[in-house]
Amino acid sequence: MIENADQIFVLLQHWVMSFFPPALQHVVGVLISVVAIICVFPALFAISVLLERKGLGRMQNRYGPNRVGPLGILQPVADGLKSLTKEDIVPTSADGVVHFLAPVFLVVVVFMGYAVLPMGRNMTLVNLDAGLLFFFAMGASTELSVFMAGWSSRNKYSLLGAMRAVAQMISYEVPLLLASLVVVMMTGSMNLGRIVDVQNQYTWGLPHWYIFTPWGFAAFLLYATATTAESNRSPFDLPEGESELVAGYFTEYSGFKFALFFLGEYVGMLSVSGLGATLFLGGWSAPFSFLTWVPSWIWFFGKVMLSICVFIWLRGTLPRLRQDQLMNFAWKFVLPLSLLNLFVAGLWRFLGEGFARWGVCSAILLVAYFAMAKVGMRKESFGPRSYRYAE
Amino acid sequence: MTIVFYLIAAITVAGALAAVLLKNTVHCALALTVAFAGLAIQFLELDAQFAGFAQILVYIGAVAILVVFAILLTRGSETPKGGVFSKSWLAGLIIAAMVFAVLGWAVLNSTSVLPNETAKPAVSVLDIGNALMGRYVLPLEIVAVLLTSALIGAVIVAKHEKGSAK
Amino acid sequence: MGSLSHGQVTPLQGYLLLAAVLFAIGLAGALTRRNAILVLIGIELMLNAANLNLIAFWRYGPHPEMLTGMMFAIFSIAVAAAEAAVGLGLVIHIYRFTQTTDLDKMTRMKG
Repeated sequence: MIENADQIFVLLQHWVMSFFPPALQHVVGVLISVVAIICVFPALFAISVLLERKGLGRMQNRYGPNRVGPLGILQPVADGLKSLTKEDIVPTSADGVVHFLAPVFLVVVVFMGYAVLPMGRNMTLVNLDAGLLFFFAMGASTELSVFMAGWSSRNKYSLLGAMRAVAQMISYEVPLLLASLVVVMMTGSMNLGRIVDVQNQYTWGLPHWYIFTPWGFAAFLLYATATTAESNRSPFDLPEGESELVAGYFTEYSGFKFALFFLGEYVGMLSVSGLGATLFLGGWSAPFSFLTWVPSWIWFFGKVMLSICVFIWLRGTLPRLRQDQLMNFAWKFVLPLSLLNLFVAGLWRFLGEGFARWGVCSAILLVAYFAMAKVGMRKESFGPRSYRYAE
Repeated sequence: MTIVFYLIAAITVAGALAAVLLKNTVHCALALTVAFAGLAIQFLELDAQFAGFAQILVYIGAVAILVVFAILLTRGSETPKGGVFSKSWLAGLIIAAMVFAVLGWAVLNSTSVLPNETAKPAVSVLDIGNALMGRYVLPLEIVAVLLTSALIGAVIVAKHEKGSAK
Repeated sequence: MGSLSHGQVTPLQGYLLLAAVLFAIGLAGALTRRNAILVLIGIELMLNAANLNLIAFWRYGPHPEMLTGMMFAIFSIAVAAAEAAVGLGLVIHIYRFTQTTDLDKMTRMKG
């Protein structure tokens, strides 16, 4: 019974597949999984948009949307209808083909990342051997769509927003890869299903999640910072800074294309939360060994929604970083710390089992964190002003 | 020779042709991205998964963006007067056609003892890692030094010199 | 491999022909375009065609478990990325001095 509740979606999929001849069964199975992903994650997107608006509202001492349904629950429906019926304005000097393709490309690439996430026991769409590499390849491709959107609008503000966004995304790409590489190093595989299997063991009732190790905790914090920057969320949301750049690279988009960009951003946030849950929080495994009777997919989606709540919390609390502060932070603080984290993880493996390695690794990481904060992040003193004009 | 191969080959060749023929330089760079993506899918068809994903990550995620940034920094998005092809375009075209003729003849007319049907190679990322750290560790280290020097060199070449601001 | 007179083209020959087509297109682009950046685009196409050649021979050749072709292609990807970075940096630097990327105008060595 518990086994059935855990595998209910897999059983449903096999039941539907049984109606088709054996030659087509594999294709039908994959199609069912794809349709399920395309239905579930936009629904989660609607829930997270509502959660964000209500949550931000409460943090800012006001109600969020509360007109449309009881407690504003139907607000995403109203937003969707609005964006579908708004007029689609394309500027006459805009580059038509590229302007159209930018949101399409973004949505395609962002949804491809879900193919390798293990959403429950036996619930990965494609269990690739190099699954993590595939996920990051898809993440790197989103930068190109941001650039396409900004450039094709033929608008100075859009181009400026796009350049800032691309510079930010490529700066934080390296720490993101290094933070995830630590997990690959300690697991010995890039296969996301295997990473979850290794974390699914329990000692004295507590799980072997990587976040509970010193290097894993540091890597999780670095990963969270890097993904906040990659998704252009506060405090790294200067590219779409509403008070500075109109709306940044999607200024010239209206109606459904804007909704697609919005969808792409939130679905991207959900997918990196899913990856973070897989790499550091144990994916679909339960937090305590006496809770393993709860179905695995509930744990996975619970962890994803928890990460979304943390993103919303960060947005409501922290002020925005300026572009040069953001780049400084990436190259002078996050990158050296992630390299040091790799070294500390190697040291962890080298020191062998026992309590000594906890102390040594934690000490090295804490000392490095405070030292880097003192040295790398000192305020620069202002010298005489120099001018540099565009050539 | 499956239908997938022909389809992806058509897309790749179309992207490559667009990349060298279009007038707008940014469109050329975006068509080049299509060609890179087509090639990545060909790598996946050839069961080289690691190479395919590395191609997407490096070429589409980094080199394409680099090309686009360079185009924007050198005002390449304005079409130049005098056309986009150089004065000696015919010679270049003839040379390229001759190279293709020689390569095509060599591919189609050679006889060799390679078998026609080979089994799918069972290669995992673990094997690649072992090979990189075992047999290919020297090229790996040399490529690391090369990448570091290229990084430093590119930054030095491309940055503004202090005090040269006009 | 079969030869053309037999009328059969093996999969390996198909991939090699595709690589030859891409190489020729890249070469034509590098030799005929005016803008220096498009020459670099042509060079990237040629490098990619060579990578396709390597992977095709790795897959259909003897001893694919030795991983030689795949390793060569991966190192080639890394080196090509480095070369693109340095080449584009050079183009940007030259643009600052001559205010143009037109190769037909840059016919003298003296700056």
